[in-house]
Amino acid sequence: MDSKILVDAQNIGVNLSNRWIFRHVNVTVERGQVVCIIGGNGAGKTTCVRTLLGLQTQTEGTVNRASSLKVGLVPQKLEITPILPLTIRRLVALAGKFEDQEIDDALSAVGLDELGNPSVSTLSGGEFQRLMLARAILRKPDLLVLDEPAQGVDISGVEVLNRLVLDVRDETRCGVLMISHDIEMVFDIFDDVLVMIPHEFDQLRYSNAA
Amino acid sequence: MLDDFFVRALVAGIGLAVVTGPVGCFIVWRRLAYFGETIAHSSLLGVAVAILSDVNLTLGIFFTATVVVFIVFLLERREGLPTDTILGLLAHGGLALGLVLLSFFPGVRIDLHALLFGDILAVSRHDLLVIWVGGAIVLGLLCCLWTPLLLATISNDLSTVESRKPLMSKLLFGVLVAAVIAVAVKIVGVLLIVALLIIPAATARRFANIPETMAIGAALVGVVSVAGGLFASLQFDTPSGPSIVVAALICFVLARIPIVFLKGTKQTTQT
Repeated sequence: MDSKILVDAQNIGVNLSNRWIFRHVNVTVERGQVVCIIGGNGAGKTTCVRTLLGLQTQTEGTVNRASSLKVGLVPQKLEITPILPLTIRRLVALAGKFEDQEIDDALSAVGLDELGNPSVSTLSGGEFQRLMLARAILRKPDLLVLDEPAQGVDISGVEVLNRLVLDVRDETRCGVLMISHDIEMVFDIFDDVLVMIPHEFDQLRYSNAA
Repeated sequence: MLDDFFVRALVAGIGLAVVTGPVGCFIVWRRLAYFGETIAHSSLLGVAVAILSDVNLTLGIFFTATVVVFIVFLLERREGLPTDTILGLLAHGGLALGLVLLSFFPGVRIDLHALLFGDILAVSRHDLLVIWVGGAIVLGLLCCLWTPLLLATISNDLSTVESRKPLMSKLLFGVLVAAVIAVAVKIVGVLLIVALLIIPAATARRFANIPETMAIGAALVGVVSVAGGLFASLQFDTPSGPSIVVAALICFVLARIPIVFLKGTKQTTQT
């Protein structure tokens, strides 16, 4: 595999309980590249990304990941039970062994350093997304994966978030894989975009570079 | 000092509470109350297995409970049945199977009352050793598992992506629960052990802002409940196991009283 390639999937598909969630998908993410997957509800975007990360086994096709690929995942949402007490710093620190200073830096990179150390349950949707992004970049990943990061974030918030993602990419030369249901959200930032349409298994591809 | 049965009971109960606190926190965080109940019920089958194969009671219960933990994991992954259905199947199936098996041996008499409600006043020096050494091992392993298990509790996907092996830590935690219950059955019994796992943890939530302080708080609440329950049972001549659970319950209720009440001032915000 080309050393620039972080993850490469050829003609993958997932069939669950006799229903094809998606089929015939080809995706390649290279270092330094922003690849977006867009599509409506039920197009299989999340399942596709989970397959790329090895969280879901594909029914057909092949997925190759760079050896010892370090992934920073920003999940769509987390349901943290209210009986589990968790502050934002404690959640971020669960990413691994890090100095306090590194955690401070990650939190200030996403603009959460002013908050202090409140309970995670008090965060708004947008703040929570940024917190998970801080946690992901703290790990200095090779591949940054964001599942619908713009959910619950207003337009100016989306711009800030996109800017942040690009900054991280420029700084660490990581690859970025991003899911969105709205092409406008990601229009300015992608190098490559894959459009998944529900129940239709022919993917459309556009490239900003071409 | 350990010659006195009451002191032995106190030392045993405190040793148990220090372990059930932190373990119980994960039980409530991971919504495993019924899982704990299932392991506890299956210990009746464990008693039958111990008697039939002539091994130590605690070992028999631990072995059977561990097998039940593995069966739960297998069925969850294979059968597509809801978890509570699987647990109901095993909890009551195990209980019934244990009683039926024992009936084949008319010569064997077991004290069902002691099994169901425990007999903390009857603990021996040997039991104390098992409780404290076993407890230390369980706590040590829980410390090693702490971060991966916590992350798996928050998100299975995050945990897998960050190479924390969530399945492994969940399975090991199941074995730890089996060990705790095997040791605890003698003390508080099959029907009350889950209370010692859940009530102190639920009580400590109020005072904690990170998982670690909740675990320590749960251990403290457990210790207070054991001491309070035992002294009350001495004072009022009530059964000791249930008295401990009632003491824990009182702690829980006291902890729910809003701070506003205690201060006697008006506040609109509560923590």
